[in-house]
Amino acid sequence: MGRDPLWMRTFQVLTGTLLILWLVLPLVPLAIWSFARGWRFPSLLPNQWSTEAWTFAFSARSGVLEALWTTTLIALIATVLSILVGVPAGRALGLYKFRGKGAVELLILAPIIVPGIAVALGIHGVFIALGLTNTLMGVALVHLIPTLPYMTLVMAGIFANYDPAFEDQARSLGASPLQTFWHVTLPAIMPGIIVGGLFAFLVSWSQYVLTLLIGGGRVVTLPLLLFNFVSAGRNDVSGAIGMIYILPGILILLLTARHLSGRSGAVGGFGRV
Amino acid sequence: MSDRLRIALLLAPALAVIGLLFGGGLLIGLLRSFNYMPVIGLTEPNLDAYRAVLSSRDFLGSFLLTFHISFTSTVISAVLAVGAALLLRKTFPGRAVINFLFQLNLTVPHLVGAIGILYLFSQSGSFARLAHAAGMIDRPADFPALVFDPYAIGIILQYVWKEIPFIGVIVLAQMQALGQDYEAVARSLGASRWQAFRHVLLPLIMPGVLSACVIVFAFTFGAYEIPLVLGENHPAALPVLAYRTYTDVDLASRPEAMAMAIVIALLSGLMIWAYVRLTRRGARA
Repeated sequence: MGRDPLWMRTFQVLTGTLLILWLVLPLVPLAIWSFARGWRFPSLLPNQWSTEAWTFAFSARSGVLEALWTTTLIALIATVLSILVGVPAGRALGLYKFRGKGAVELLILAPIIVPGIAVALGIHGVFIALGLTNTLMGVALVHLIPTLPYMTLVMAGIFANYDPAFEDQARSLGASPLQTFWHVTLPAIMPGIIVGGLFAFLVSWSQYVLTLLIGGGRVVTLPLLLFNFVSAGRNDVSGAIGMIYILPGILILLLTARHLSGRSGAVGGFGRV
Repeated sequence: MSDRLRIALLLAPALAVIGLLFGGGLLIGLLRSFNYMPVIGLTEPNLDAYRAVLSSRDFLGSFLLTFHISFTSTVISAVLAVGAALLLRKTFPGRAVINFLFQLNLTVPHLVGAIGILYLFSQSGSFARLAHAAGMIDRPADFPALVFDPYAIGIILQYVWKEIPFIGVIVLAQMQALGQDYEAVARSLGASRWQAFRHVLLPLIMPGVLSACVIVFAFTFGAYEIPLVLGENHPAALPVLAYRTYTDVDLASRPEAMAMAIVIALLSGLMIWAYVRLTRRGARA
């Protein structure tokens, strides 16, 4: 198509700049607050800069390191379980056509659309009976509700482009089922496991209300701690925790940027973060 | 092993997890919302909780507020996202960096975005300070209330911030898959730039835009931490009210909390129905 006229190009550059500014803007005061000491109205910038908030955040007193560990452990458990359960399901959905496939896909998609709070209140009662409330394992289990659908969707996409004939060949050449899986299937689906796993990790990493309800305030993940500091008015510490909290997501985006072609499964993973 | 058995075995763990956790959670919420709980001797299901909830002014206020938040955020995000996708599909220098920045906040948890919006738009936030520097206000109280406000402006700003890239990336992928040939043909036949967009491109991307909107609407209707950080206490967004009712010291109000959760689930069920219709239509087109 022909080149746009000058006024049009100017308009495009201006609106594009505004758009990007708007998308980055909310992170700016958080970053500044983390280095500020007493930044009162109406100062545009802090009168005094300091790394106190960061020193405090990394000290044992703040509870940040402990929360960081709790959040990571929960996300790792949820990710591993999602991979173990989601890979077979993705294989069934990606490789086969069968009666009731639409219904199965819908059931797996449903937790992406139905908000967590709608199911979490019901689960809470059962988890009390099972002794899973206020435990790390209970929180990791309930995180499966949002993480598993993404893992399954990403794997279904991978298996849709996968040729199982290679497995038959390996078997006919004398490989055991385990050897076939290890040397033929796994290398072929590894990119999907990595991308799906990173999404699952990030989805668990960003959960708030499921953790709050099932963890009962005893399982303190980073977002819960962050909210506590925000409501206590400690903007500087909140800024530091906020920066720490968004780091894995940015790293994962850098790692997966080239896999993000916009198909719903992949983008959806970020969408619910 | 037959294919049927193989498929059943492959799907069994996932269906068990989703059926037990997700389905079970919904079912138990539903039973408790009907005051049915044999374990503690409640064996006569009734509609008391729904009667109480639907006749309560708090609930109606929360429902309307939440609907307003979801509807307004979804519409604004969708319009701006289509505009953003139109800009980003062009080739220009530094495109990779801009694309990265465009996708950056997809990875930022909603809670962090909400805190950022709070620090930007509160009455002592960055914009209030700028207004003071420009001589427009004297005290924080002179700055218009954009967070904890009755119109939920802060909440809507947060969702618009977060959902533009979400819808935008989906629409952008669609536009790139379509290419520009259809519009080029329309233009060569004498259509104006606007006509080519309105009558050619827009109908082609509409199913994708709408199915993304469905996800955004359902999410914003059920989100908890964003209205918790940015919203008024009264009326509170529906998920906040449901959580508050559930954790009330008076355990007797729990069925009412369940009834609210079921209302949220029903509305998202409606969204799933819309999503399926839209994606099926999209697949045919």
